Amino acid sequence: MGNFFLGTALALCFFIFLCLYRAVWGPTVFDRIIGAGFVGTKTTILLLLIGFIYRRIDMFVDLALVYSILNFISTLIVSKYFIKKGVHSHQL
Amino acid sequence: MTLIILTMTAALLVAGLFFFFAATVGFLRFPDLYTRMHATGKGDTLALLLMVAGLALFNLYDNFCWMGMVQSVKLLFIAVFWFIANPTATHAVLRAAFESGVTPWTKDGTVIIDKTEGEGA
Repeated sequence: MGNFFLGTALALCFFIFLCLYRAVWGPTVFDRIIGAGFVGTKTTILLLLIGFIYRRIDMFVDLALVYSILNFISTLIVSKYFIKKGVHSHQL
Repeated sequence: MTLIILTMTAALLVAGLFFFFAATVGFLRFPDLYTRMHATGKGDTLALLLMVAGLALFNLYDNFCWMGMVQSVKLLFIAVFWFIANPTATHAVLRAAFESGVTPWTKDGTVIIDKTEGEGA
Protein backbone atom coordinates (compact mmCIF):
# COMPACT_ATOMS: atom_id res chain seq x y z
CA MET A 1 0.00 0.00 0.00
CA GLY A 2 2.96 2.27 0.58
CA ASN A 3 3.80 2.27 -3.11
CA PHE A 4 0.29 3.33 -3.95
CA PHE A 5 0.61 6.32 -1.63
CA LEU A 6 3.95 7.11 -3.25
CA GLY A 7 2.34 7.07 -6.70
CA THR A 8 -0.49 9.31 -5.54
CA ALA A 9 2.01 11.72 -3.99
CA LEU A 10 4.00 11.84 -7.24
CA ALA A 11 0.83 12.55 -9.22
CA LEU A 12 0.01 15.36 -6.80
CA CYS A 13 3.50 16.80 -7.27
CA PHE A 14 2.89 16.77 -11.02
CA PHE A 15 -0.39 18.64 -10.55
CA ILE A 16 1.34 21.20 -8.31
CA PHE A 17 3.92 21.69 -11.02
CA LEU A 18 1.14 22.08 -13.59
CA CYS A 19 -0.70 24.84 -11.78
CA LEU A 20 2.51 26.73 -10.95
CA TYR A 21 2.26 28.17 -14.44
CA ARG A 22 -0.78 30.21 -13.56
CA ALA A 23 0.70 31.10 -10.18
CA VAL A 24 3.76 32.60 -11.89
CA TRP A 25 2.40 34.06 -15.16
CA GLY A 26 -1.14 34.74 -13.97
CA PRO A 27 -2.27 37.99 -15.62
CA THR A 28 -3.70 39.49 -12.45
CA VAL A 29 -2.47 39.34 -8.88
CA PHE A 30 -5.56 37.41 -7.84
CA ASP A 31 -4.67 34.52 -10.11
CA ARG A 32 -1.50 34.23 -8.11
CA ILE A 33 -3.44 34.30 -4.84
CA ILE A 34 -5.71 31.50 -6.03
CA GLY A 35 -2.71 29.61 -7.35
CA ALA A 36 -1.01 29.84 -3.96
CA GLY A 37 -4.18 28.65 -2.24
CA PHE A 38 -4.54 25.79 -4.67
CA VAL A 39 -0.95 24.66 -4.19
CA GLY A 40 -1.53 24.95 -0.45
CA THR A 41 -4.44 22.53 -0.56
CA LYS A 42 -2.42 20.02 -2.51
CA THR A 43 0.49 20.39 -0.12
CA THR A 44 -1.83 19.53 2.77
CA ILE A 45 -2.73 16.28 1.07
CA LEU A 46 0.90 15.69 0.18
CA LEU A 47 1.83 16.05 3.86
CA LEU A 48 -0.77 13.48 4.80
CA LEU A 49 0.46 11.04 2.16
CA ILE A 50 4.05 11.44 3.34
CA GLY A 51 2.84 10.75 6.86
CA PHE A 52 1.26 7.52 5.67
CA ILE A 53 4.37 6.53 3.74
CA TYR A 54 6.67 7.09 6.73
CA ARG A 55 4.09 5.46 9.02
CA ARG A 56 4.23 8.39 11.50
CA ILE A 57 0.67 9.48 11.02
CA ASP A 58 0.14 11.27 14.36
CA MET A 59 2.84 13.84 13.60
CA PHE A 60 1.85 14.53 10.02
CA VAL A 61 -1.88 14.85 10.73
CA ASP A 62 -1.16 17.76 13.03
CA LEU A 63 1.22 19.26 10.49
CA ALA A 64 -1.41 19.07 7.76
CA LEU A 65 -4.07 20.53 10.03
CA VAL A 66 -1.91 23.52 10.99
CA TYR A 67 -0.86 23.97 7.39
CA SER A 68 -4.42 24.15 6.08
CA ILE A 69 -5.37 26.67 8.80
CA LEU A 70 -2.37 28.84 7.94
CA ASN A 71 -3.15 28.53 4.24
CA PHE A 72 -6.67 29.79 4.87
CA ILE A 73 -5.56 32.73 7.00
CA SER A 74 -2.85 33.75 4.55
CA THR A 75 -5.32 33.77 1.65
CA LEU A 76 -7.61 36.04 3.65
CA ILE A 77 -4.85 38.45 4.61
CA VAL A 78 -3.30 38.66 1.15
CA SER A 79 -6.63 39.29 -0.53
CA LYS A 80 -7.49 41.96 2.04
CA TYR A 81 -4.16 43.65 1.30
CA PHE A 82 -4.69 43.67 -2.44
CA ILE A 83 -8.19 45.17 -2.43
CA LYS A 84 -7.18 48.54 -3.84
CA LYS A 85 -3.45 48.19 -4.33
CA GLY A 86 -2.94 45.14 -6.47
CA VAL A 87 -4.40 45.61 -9.90
CA HIS A 88 -3.11 48.39 -12.20
CA SER A 89 -5.25 49.48 -15.11
CA HIS A 90 -3.03 47.91 -17.77
CA GLN A 91 -3.17 44.52 -16.01
CA LEU A 92 -6.93 43.99 -16.31
CA MET B 1 -12.49 -7.83 4.40
CA THR B 2 -9.06 -6.33 4.02
CA LEU B 3 -9.37 -6.38 0.24
CA ILE B 4 -12.60 -4.39 0.39
CA ILE B 5 -11.08 -1.68 2.55
CA LEU B 6 -7.95 -1.44 0.44
CA THR B 7 -9.91 -1.15 -2.80
CA MET B 8 -12.22 1.47 -1.25
CA THR B 9 -9.21 3.49 -0.09
CA ALA B 10 -7.62 3.25 -3.52
CA ALA B 11 -10.90 4.22 -5.18
CA LEU B 12 -11.35 7.26 -2.93
CA LEU B 13 -7.77 8.39 -3.46
CA VAL B 14 -8.04 8.03 -7.24
CA ALA B 15 -11.34 9.92 -7.24
CA GLY B 16 -9.69 12.71 -5.24
CA LEU B 17 -6.84 12.78 -7.73
CA PHE B 18 -9.29 13.01 -10.60
CA PHE B 19 -11.00 16.02 -9.08
CA PHE B 20 -7.66 17.66 -8.41
CA PHE B 21 -6.78 17.13 -12.05
CA ALA B 22 -10.12 18.54 -13.19
CA ALA B 23 -9.66 21.60 -10.98
CA THR B 24 -6.11 22.07 -12.28
CA VAL B 25 -7.23 21.89 -15.90
CA GLY B 26 -10.02 24.35 -15.12
CA PHE B 27 -7.58 26.60 -13.33
CA LEU B 28 -5.24 26.67 -16.33
CA ARG B 29 -7.64 26.83 -19.23
CA PHE B 30 -10.55 29.03 -18.18
CA PRO B 31 -10.55 32.46 -19.83
CA ASP B 32 -11.28 34.69 -16.88
CA LEU B 33 -10.35 35.16 -13.24
CA TYR B 34 -13.82 34.43 -11.95
CA THR B 35 -14.24 31.22 -13.92
CA ARG B 36 -10.87 30.00 -12.63
CA MET B 37 -11.96 30.80 -9.10
CA HIS B 38 -15.14 28.87 -9.81
CA ALA B 39 -13.22 25.75 -10.80
CA THR B 40 -10.59 25.95 -8.10
CA GLY B 41 -12.86 26.81 -5.22
CA LYS B 42 -15.11 23.82 -5.69
CA GLY B 43 -12.71 21.34 -7.21
CA ASP B 44 -10.11 21.14 -4.52
CA THR B 45 -12.62 21.16 -1.66
CA LEU B 46 -14.26 18.01 -2.97
CA ALA B 47 -10.92 16.44 -3.85
CA LEU B 48 -9.61 17.13 -0.35
CA LEU B 49 -12.73 15.55 1.17
CA LEU B 50 -12.42 12.40 -0.94
CA MET B 51 -8.73 11.90 -0.30
CA VAL B 52 -8.99 12.60 3.42
CA ALA B 53 -11.89 10.14 3.67
CA GLY B 54 -9.80 7.50 1.92
CA LEU B 55 -6.84 8.11 4.22
CA ALA B 56 -9.02 8.09 7.33
CA LEU B 57 -10.52 4.77 6.24
CA PHE B 58 -7.08 3.30 5.68
CA ASN B 59 -5.87 4.65 9.00
CA LEU B 60 -8.78 2.96 10.79
CA TYR B 61 -7.91 -0.32 9.11
CA ASP B 62 -4.18 0.12 9.65
CA ASN B 63 -3.90 0.75 13.40
CA PHE B 64 -7.20 -0.15 14.96
CA CYS B 65 -6.70 1.31 18.45
CA TRP B 66 -7.91 4.38 20.31
CA MET B 67 -5.01 6.44 19.01
CA GLY B 68 -5.88 5.37 15.48
CA MET B 69 -9.44 6.56 15.90
CA VAL B 70 -8.25 9.90 17.29
CA GLN B 71 -6.03 10.34 14.24
CA SER B 72 -8.89 9.48 11.89
CA VAL B 73 -11.12 12.03 13.63
CA LYS B 74 -8.37 14.64 13.25
CA LEU B 75 -8.08 13.71 9.60
CA LEU B 76 -11.80 14.20 9.09
CA PHE B 77 -11.58 17.49 10.97
CA ILE B 78 -9.20 18.77 8.32
CA ALA B 79 -11.84 18.04 5.69
CA VAL B 80 -14.61 19.67 7.75
CA PHE B 81 -12.45 22.72 8.41
CA TRP B 82 -11.55 23.06 4.76
CA PHE B 83 -15.20 22.77 3.78
CA ILE B 84 -15.87 25.85 5.93
CA ALA B 85 -12.65 27.72 5.21
CA ASN B 86 -12.30 27.41 1.45
CA PRO B 87 -15.56 29.15 0.48
CA THR B 88 -14.68 31.97 2.85
CA ALA B 89 -11.22 32.37 1.36
CA THR B 90 -12.58 32.23 -2.19
CA HIS B 91 -15.17 34.86 -1.30
CA ALA B 92 -12.48 37.10 0.14
CA VAL B 93 -10.40 36.83 -3.02
CA LEU B 94 -13.50 37.39 -5.14
CA ARG B 95 -14.46 40.53 -3.27
CA ALA B 96 -10.93 41.87 -3.47
CA ALA B 97 -10.81 41.19 -7.20
CA PHE B 98 -14.20 42.72 -7.86
CA GLU B 99 -13.47 45.89 -5.93
CA SER B 100 -10.12 46.23 -7.66
CA GLY B 101 -11.99 46.50 -10.92
CA VAL B 102 -11.43 43.09 -12.55
CA THR B 103 -14.34 42.89 -14.99
CA PRO B 104 -15.82 39.46 -15.76
CA TRP B 105 -15.10 38.02 -19.22
CA THR B 106 -17.93 37.85 -21.79
CA LYS B 107 -17.87 35.95 -25.07
CA ASP B 108 -18.55 38.97 -27.31
CA GLY B 109 -16.85 41.52 -25.09
CA THR B 110 -19.92 43.48 -23.99
CA VAL B 111 -19.39 45.04 -20.59
CA ILE B 112 -21.95 43.65 -18.15
CA ILE B 113 -20.94 45.66 -15.10
CA ASP B 114 -19.92 49.24 -15.85
CA LYS B 115 -18.16 50.66 -12.85
CA THR B 116 -19.56 54.20 -13.22
CA GLU B 117 -22.98 53.31 -11.83
CA GLY B 118 -21.22 51.86 -8.81
CA GLU B 119 -19.55 55.16 -7.87
CA GLY B 120 -22.69 57.14 -8.72
CA ALA B 121 -24.78 55.52 -5.93
